[in-house]
Amino acid sequence: MTAKQDYEDIPGTWVFDAQRARKGYHLNQFLYSLMKAENRKAFLADEHKYLLQYPMTEDQRQAVMKRDWNTLLDLGGVSYALAKLAFTDEHSYQYMAAEMSSMTQQQYVDMMLGGGRKLDGWRSKKERGEA
Amino acid sequence: MARIIAGIGTSHTPAIGAAVDNGKTEDAYWTPLFKGYEPAKAWMAEAKPDVVIMVYNDHVNAFDFKIIPTFAIGCADEFPIADEGWGARPVPIVKGYPEFAAHLVQSLVLDEFDITIVNEMQVDHGLTTPMSLLFGSPKAWPTRVIPLAVNVIQYPAPTGNRCYNLGKAIKRAVDSWDEDLNVVIFGTGGMSHQIQGPRAGLVNTEFDTAFLDGLTRDPEALAKIPPLTYLRDAGNEAIELVMWLIMRGALGDKVDEVYRIYHVPASSTAVGGIILETREYHEQHKARSAA
Repeated sequence: MTAKQDYEDIPGTWVFDAQRARKGYHLNQFLYSLMKAENRKAFLADEHKYLLQYPMTEDQRQAVMKRDWNTLLDLGGVSYALAKLAFTDEHSYQYMAAEMSSMTQQQYVDMMLGGGRKLDGWRSKKERGEA
Repeated sequence: MARIIAGIGTSHTPAIGAAVDNGKTEDAYWTPLFKGYEPAKAWMAEAKPDVVIMVYNDHVNAFDFKIIPTFAIGCADEFPIADEGWGARPVPIVKGYPEFAAHLVQSLVLDEFDITIVNEMQVDHGLTTPMSLLFGSPKAWPTRVIPLAVNVIQYPAPTGNRCYNLGKAIKRAVDSWDEDLNVVIFGTGGMSHQIQGPRAGLVNTEFDTAFLDGLTRDPEALAKIPPLTYLRDAGNEAIELVMWLIMRGALGDKVDEVYRIYHVPASSTAVGGIILETREYHEQHKARSAA
């Protein structure tokens, strides 16, 4: 059973609500573990082995290994926890945001320097014909 | 008697803290922002608050998802700086004020705000970036800090109205503490931004300007903005702006805006900063300046 939420109409966005948080709990606990330098090292040494310590789904593990950011959001990852994975790879938050929006980092930086992404066209799935 | 003299609204974008730590504040990308905060820093150096109440949010650093407090007050002697995944920021440890924090909790709970008490906690960029912006890079922070962490990560965050009313209760709590203290309250986060998914990078300057104007003109109207409006119109992470309403609620009915900065971008964020003096402090200040 689910309840339809008004924010589901926002395009290009996964609102981290209680249902998504429930699905992503162990994924986010794994990401949280990357706050410790020794864990970052152990993870990078053998990613799958490290991930097996956490009772997450195999889909979640594969998405972690592929750094498939949007799939991770869909599977319950929260952006601030995902950032720890980007940092573990020595990437910036901006790098991850660019990948999430299918842009090169330079394109993303240029968009931000130009005042950011405009709301026009990004307001509603309904308006975009996606729902 | 303790008194709140002013409120600061400011973004807490981690890239700003990183620019300070890596000596990049004079790079072309960062100059407008840091120049823009200079007058705010000067204001703070003159105001010299004894205590800062820092309304901020933790970003999965002090709290993982085992426990998610909606409102939590840090009651410790000190708060170490968190390693968020790239090493801890090289900034001074944050000194608390346990007695005053305990009083705030007690007063707020009896005032029907059920605050979570946190006796040990690390603090992240949500708290330390505003400290760097307003206090610079001293060897030790020149004020004690009471962290007030708000859940804005897992939907739903507390409503704007709830936050505004919590601010009013904080004012009552501060007013009832019998010690001569000047308190500055911060509301941090925002402004418009989205840092996830294909819509990342969203900025809505019109929304932000109206929000900044509303803090003096009609905060009651701001308190009525529903969660969906923040998420849809100003970006998934713009919901952080409800924390500014805690700050605003704590200042009383009338405030005087004495400084504002707005700049796009810092990383994925539209950055806003504002200083609001309570009417009482503003009048006294004017009288002092004239004398």
